[in-house]
Amino acid sequence: MNAPLETVEIEITVNGERVKRSVPARLNLADFLRIELELTGTHVGCEHGVCGACTVRVDGEIVRGCLMFAAQADGCTVDTIEGLSDTREIEELQSAFVLTNALQCGFCTPGVLMAAQALLRDEPNPSRERIREYLSGNYCRCTGYQAIVDAIEAVAKARAARSK
Amino acid sequence: MKAPRFAYARPANVAEALALLDKHKDEARVLAGGQSLVPMMNFRVAAPKVLVDINRIAALTGIKVSKNHLRIGALTRQVELERSADIARHLPLIAAAMPHVAHPAIRNRGTFGGSCALGDPAAELPACALALGATFVVAGKKGERRIAAEDFFKGLYATALKPGELLVAAEFPLPKPSYASAFGELARRHGDYAMVGVAAHGSRKGGKFSDMRVAFFGVGDRPQRASGFEKALEGQSAVDGALARLDTDLAPRADLHASAAMKLHLAKVLAARVLRELAA
Repeated sequence: MNAPLETVEIEITVNGERVKRSVPARLNLADFLRIELELTGTHVGCEHGVCGACTVRVDGEIVRGCLMFAAQADGCTVDTIEGLSDTREIEELQSAFVLTNALQCGFCTPGVLMAAQALLRDEPNPSRERIREYLSGNYCRCTGYQAIVDAIEAVAKARAARSK
Repeated sequence: MKAPRFAYARPANVAEALALLDKHKDEARVLAGGQSLVPMMNFRVAAPKVLVDINRIAALTGIKVSKNHLRIGALTRQVELERSADIARHLPLIAAAMPHVAHPAIRNRGTFGGSCALGDPAAELPACALALGATFVVAGKKGERRIAAEDFFKGLYATALKPGELLVAAEFPLPKPSYASAFGELARRHGDYAMVGVAAHGSRKGGKFSDMRVAFFGVGDRPQRASGFEKALEGQSAVDGALARLDTDLAPRADLHASAAMKLHLAKVLAARVLRELAA
């Protein structure tokens, strides 16, 4: 593709399913997922990369859905909170969040879970300090971070105990 | 807050990218990681008519070590710098800086070249390039040219890049054995832009500072070396006697975070901390 286009043909694998669409170049990935595919678990908060509510995985790595255009994800694999939930990849994290009351309004929760799963995949046994540092890019404005850190730490410890 | 309308192009190589930039002149912007440009577009601070997405140009990626240099491709993701064994071994200053650059989800997309080409005065990587004496490699219609880091950063979001040019890489001289580096930054929240930051590099042969390059960021309109401070460190074993030179080297501007006097105070506290770490 070389000549600049205002409408772009894209093909993306979203949560294991191949989708083909024609999208405006200016449409960001988070809005594409929400509006075009009705995957509304990806939330749109600040829309300038600060709050982390729109966190999704592109080719296996977490990114800000509001800072990437859908056109850029052409040919990529995208995983959203719906996908991670359906495959039960984050089942333990979800249970731990419920057990520790790690959410009130839940607006930040999908993004926090995406980030927490990425952290535990790369670093199975993070300290509380490391969990806080890693989640510094995800804002929670009601629950506070204590219970969120508790939940993630509990999952890390449970996984570590099992692998012994 | 959505980006304004634009046309999207995805060149497959540098020649195609340069042709697009030449054709669309100042209506076009290069889209690298997009972690600063896209927020600016969402805020409508930037409204390019054409975005030239260089993300699929493989020649712009990667970290290569040769006999005298380490070369970082402009499109190398910040996360790659963070995880690279070559960076940890040869340019530990950059390895130390990476955790301070925004957040993991941002570093997965954000690029080395994007950070340098943007020229944000509070960004970490431009200061590292300055402290390590990097040379930027820039491609244009007439071929490549090289620009020393000292001459590359021109002011607030201003660099030596000319319209139609593309930053392709930076070359870092491999540090000699007696050289060490240290990095420090003060921010209100982990991952925020720095209120004040210091990237220092130099020799500690015989337990004394020599050939020091100390770059401050977040204190002026661009990353800047403190030349009086660097000279005062020459031959000294401790940092303390040289700190007063920062009063004249730096002229911080007040911003949302701090007054000018507070920034200067923090710069001195941080410089002492970083230089002591370097000496240890």
